[in-house]
Order: sequence, then structure tokens, then C-alpha cells
Amino acid sequence: MNLARLPVGGAAVIEAVADGSPVALRLLDLGFVPGTEVRALRRAPLGDPTLYELRGTQLCLRRSEAERIQVRPLPARETNG
Amino acid sequence: MSQALAADESLDSAAGAAGRALRLGLLGSPNSGKTTLFNALTGLRARVGNYPGVTVERREGEAEIDGRRVVVIDLPGTYSLDPISPDEAIVARLLAGKVAGVAPPDALVVTADACTLRRSLLFVGQVLRLGLPSCLVVTMVDELHARGGRLDPEGLSAALGVPVVGVVGHRGLGLTELRRLLGHPESWSRPVVPPPADAVGRAGWADSVAARALTTPPGRELRTARIDRVVLHPLVGTLLFAAVMVTFFQLIFAWAEPAMNAIDAAVGAAQGALRSLLPPGLLVDFLADGLLAGVGSVIVFLPQILILFSVLYLLEDVGYMARAAFVVDRAMGRIGLEGRAFVALLSSYACAVPGIMATRTIPSPRNRLVTILVAPLMTCSARLPVYALLIGAFVPARRVLGPIGLQGLVLLGLYLLGAAAAVVAAAVLKRTLIRGEGLPFYLELPPYRVPPLRLLAHQVWGAASAFLRRAGTIILSVTVVLWVLLSFPRSEPPAELSKGAAARWHVEQSIAGRIGHAIEPAIAPLGFDWKIGVGLVASLAAREVIVATLAQIYALSDEDEGSLRGALRADVDPRTGSPVFTPPTVAALLVFFVFALQCMSTLAVMRRETNSWRWPAFAFGYLLALAYAASFSTHRLVSWLGS
Repeated sequence: MNLARLPVGGAAVIEAVADGSPVALRLLDLGFVPGTEVRALRRAPLGDPTLYELRGTQLCLRRSEAERIQVRPLPARETNG
Repeated sequence: MSQALAADESLDSAAGAAGRALRLGLLGSPNSGKTTLFNALTGLRARVGNYPGVTVERREGEAEIDGRRVVVIDLPGTYSLDPISPDEAIVARLLAGKVAGVAPPDALVVTADACTLRRSLLFVGQVLRLGLPSCLVVTMVDELHARGGRLDPEGLSAALGVPVVGVVGHRGLGLTELRRLLGHPESWSRPVVPPPADAVGRAGWADSVAARALTTPPGRELRTARIDRVVLHPLVGTLLFAAVMVTFFQLIFAWAEPAMNAIDAAVGAAQGALRSLLPPGLLVDFLADGLLAGVGSVIVFLPQILILFSVLYLLEDVGYMARAAFVVDRAMGRIGLEGRAFVALLSSYACAVPGIMATRTIPSPRNRLVTILVAPLMTCSARLPVYALLIGAFVPARRVLGPIGLQGLVLLGLYLLGAAAAVVAAAVLKRTLIRGEGLPFYLELPPYRVPPLRLLAHQVWGAASAFLRRAGTIILSVTVVLWVLLSFPRSEPPAELSKGAAARWHVEQSIAGRIGHAIEPAIAPLGFDWKIGVGLVASLAAREVIVATLAQIYALSDEDEGSLRGALRADVDPRTGSPVFTPPTVAALLVFFVFALQCMSTLAVMRRETNSWRWPAFAFGYLLALAYAASFSTHRLVSWLGS
């Protein structure tokens, strides 16, 4: 599934970032690299963007960007800080 | 290896050229402490400019390090060296020595936040692949310690293959060691093998380097998490956002006013003193009404700019600005802009000059440009005197609904019209002229920090002095030019005229008066006569100047608004005998002021912020075209409704 569908509070592992477009390249440079664990922390009051935690930083992405990132959700117990 | 050799040779020749300064490029992601380090190294001696052809700010500072003259080049903060927009490409081109007139750096200094090392090292890896002598400055080591983390600089240096220094920039810790290192890049160690080229490989590399560098990884930042539970709460966070924005607006709108009035009064007093000291004549007129008025029209913006940037940089450095952008991003995204544009547009309700300067916090250059181009449509405070005069004179003060009066409704309508026009213009510009190249939106929420006051003062002073030097000179010269237009040719009025009539005669005879007559055919379809034409020319200095100019034309000895209203109502066209200010004309004039960019200070600051006359010229043109079209339609519509 894609990252935009990850519920708030959930964790996942990034599997792939779509195509080789400039947007995808930038997402990779920001740390959205396959194998990296990412958590959805909260959504903005208006429903978009969403705040994610990865590699020790907090970054928000709009839905349109998060949809380009394929993730494998982790079961709740596997997640830690 | 060949790359490294070439770099060595360039350094040797640099050392050979007597007196040539060592050029250090300072690189780092946003929030990595780069600016603090730049200020710590160079003090107040930064030169600010722009790179040719882009809106990217260029900052260089000189320092003497270990007896060597060093130029520190503060490169724009970025998460990646792979450019995906022309503005980002400037960094890559600069590092390759391909920017005309700017020598490439001899060596690179990269900053990385100790607490986000796993992410920061992705960027460090890109930098190390450039093959230039490099060193890493790990910042915010104190925060790492506060979160229970421990850094091993030697281990990190061994893993990277380049020198590493840990610093706490704003407290000066580690700076002595860093200075000793920076003076001698020729002796810096180099990586044996460059980091992997692909992002996935580099991420693995970064993870292993971070594992070696951090003997204890930092724990969660609990303070930030606790504050964010409130600040980003769906309801509380939204209310807080509204409260911060209202306070912010109140500060630049209301707080600046006493200071602005004081400056006006001081300029008036200085003008009076000049007139009492010098004999009447051209010289004193020029000094008082040209030069002094010009200086006054520049420094009158200082209170707003100082307040704006104090609050703006405080919110930015504390970490709230990114949160505010997060909260409001979706609404701004609808019109193709981003969250931070909200603050700039809100500031523009006070004045477009600070509003346009506030766009500096918008990371995307395209979005920044669109925000700059639509900011003048927000109803600034200089329009209020014009609206007050026309509404007061021609809109009946009758109640419409309970306590709500017709005059207030018209004023509200003008504000709404400006805001709606800005929204539409932004959406149109984003879809046509300034189409984004599919740049992704991303925003880092940094941990909350207490910013060092010195850094804050630095930033505020930097913004204010840039305004004075770059925009101030333009504003001053245009004020003088407008004075010339309204004062020449100088000839004696016929002796039989009264004092007021002589003033009117002067205006009509002046170059501005002739321009007013010359453009009358062009503005006649809007219902404007030559007198309004002169007012429009003079209001280029600032919109509210049209009130004083009309007072002069209507031969009023004082600027009492009540008598000006009466004069406007009583004015009749000598050819037709009908009133000049008919309802269609008044409506058209109000609408004209909603749209037209009648403000050379805004144009000057646009020139300063976009580094070219192209965008101010475009903004002036499209807003004038809009003003004309809207004014013409309004005139027609109101005429038709009235018939």
C-alpha cells in the first residue's frame, strides 16, 4: 500500500519510491529510502498534509507525495520509538 | 583520485597567489545550524546579494582565521545536491565554478545536526562525492547530550575519512578548534573511497557511519512531543494559529503606527526647521519637499520592517513557523501556494513592503515569486485614506442591517475584492506563467528551541539594512523624481490669484499636471478627468498621496478632509456642467485602487527581492491592466444600474 494510507500512529517500512521522476529522487534524498522505517505522527487539522517521523526527523508530506511511496505496514507491536 | 589531485593543485596555486583569500563553501540542510555557524565565523561582516538570474540570496562573509584571510560563502540550505529547479541548480553550478563572477570554493564545510545524524549524513555523503577538501561540523551537541546521546567525533571522522568538529555554535563551544582546522584545508584528510552514488546505497552507508559515530543514540525529544500535542491539536492548534496570526497582524498594523507617526512628525519638523533657516527658493523646496520627504518615505517603513522581522524570525527560530505552515498548508495548497505564504499575505494587509520581504521564509522559489506577485492585491493600510475619502464623500451613511452601515459594507467589499483577486491571480499564475516543475512539497518540523538573541538581532538587522540599501535608494530617487514632476516648470502664477488658486495653478502647469491632461483620453472611459489623472501619477509615491494632491488641485489651503469631501462633491465638468464625481466614476476609482500597483516602494522591494526589474515590471503591468479592465466594467455596470 502507499504511505498516504498509513493510519496515524501506524508504522511501516518503505519498500519502493515510484518512478525516477525528480519528485521521487528528492523523496529518496530526504530519507524515504527502501528499508527505512517510517511512522505517521499526525494529520494537519484540515486533513492534509501528514507529519511523518523517519531517520530521527519529523517531515510533513502532502497526500500527493506520500502516494508515491510504497510501504509495508508493521504490526503494532513491532513499532518502537 | 584524479579529482582529488586536481583539487590539491588548485589549492597549491591558491596559496601561491599572494594575498588571495581562501574560499570556504558552507553547506548544510535547513535547521542544521548553518546560519549560526556563519555568523559565529564572520561576525557582522556579511555581504548580501543575489546570484545572477535567480532569486537565491548570496551571502559571503570575511574572517581572519589562523592569520589567513578567509571568505566564507553561505550556500543556500538544501537537503540534496541533485538540483530539481533552476534555483537549486545554482549550488551545483557554483561548486563547479560555472557561475560567472563568483569563484568556486577551495574547500567545503558541511554542517549536520547531531540529533538527526542518520538523515543529515545522506547529504554529507553527497557533498563528500564532490571530491573537494571537506570537513564536517556537527552542531547542537548540547541538545544531543540533553537527550542522553553521546557522539564520538574521532569515530565519525574515521568512518567518514574527513575531519570532524563538534560545536555548540551559539555558545562558541568548539569554535577555537574549528578555526584552527579551517585555516588549513590542504592538510584535511580525504575519504579513501567516496560514499555510494545511489540514494539507497548511501542510506546504508549513512546508517553504518551513524552507528559508529553515536556511541549512545539520542532518546526521543520529549519536550517537542509534549508541546506539539497542544500546538498541532486539531482544535486547540487551529485556535492557537488564529491567535498568533491576529497578534502578529496587530503588531505590524497597530504597534508600528505610533513610530510611523513620530517619523512623519520628525520629518515635518525638520522640513519646518529647514524653511525657517534658509531663504525661500528652489534649494529649500528641493531639500524639504524632495530630499527630506524622500528620506522620510524610506525610514517610515522601518518600524514595520523591524517589528515584522523580529516576530517572523522569532517564530521561525523557535520552530513555530513550520507548524503554522503545517496547519494552514491545505488551504493555501488549494490556490497553488504553500502554508508559509499565509504569513506574507497577512502582512500585506498592513503593507506590501514587509509582506513581500516576509516571503523569504518560503522555501520554494516558484511559490515565493507567485506570493510576491499577488501580495500587492491585499488591501494595504495606504489604501485606507483613499477609501475613507471617497466613501465618506459619496456613500450615504445609512444603516442597512441593524448596526451595519452601507459605508462599512462598501469598505468590507473592497477588502474582499482584493483578497479574492489575489486568490484568483495566484491560481492563474501557478497554472500559466509560473507553473511549478512538479516540485514536491516537504516541510521539516524542527524541535522547539530557544533562539539566541544575538542571532535574532543579526537576522533582523540584516533584513532592515538590506531594505535600506537596496529598496531605500530606489524609493528616495523616485520621490525626488516625483517632486520634480510636480514642481517644474517653475513660473510665477498670475498675480491676481489667491494663495490656494496659485497652488492649483502650479499643479496644473507642472509636468505632472500636463501628464494628467495627456492621459485624460486614456482614463476618460473610466470616468476620470485630468485631476484624477494627476492624482494617479502622484500616488505612485504612495497611494495616500492622491488625497493631498487632490486637496492641492482643489485649491484647498489646508488638507482638512471635510472640506475636500465637499470640494469633490461640488466639482462640475466645465464642458458639460454635470458633476465630475458621479456614482460610476467613484465606484470605478475605488475599484482602480483595489487593483493598481500604485506604489513605487512595493516595486522597489520587488526589485530587491527578485533581483531583476522584470518581475516588478510584470506586476505593475498586469495589475494596471486588471485595474483598467475592472474599473471600466465597474463604470459601465454602475452607469447601467443607475439608468
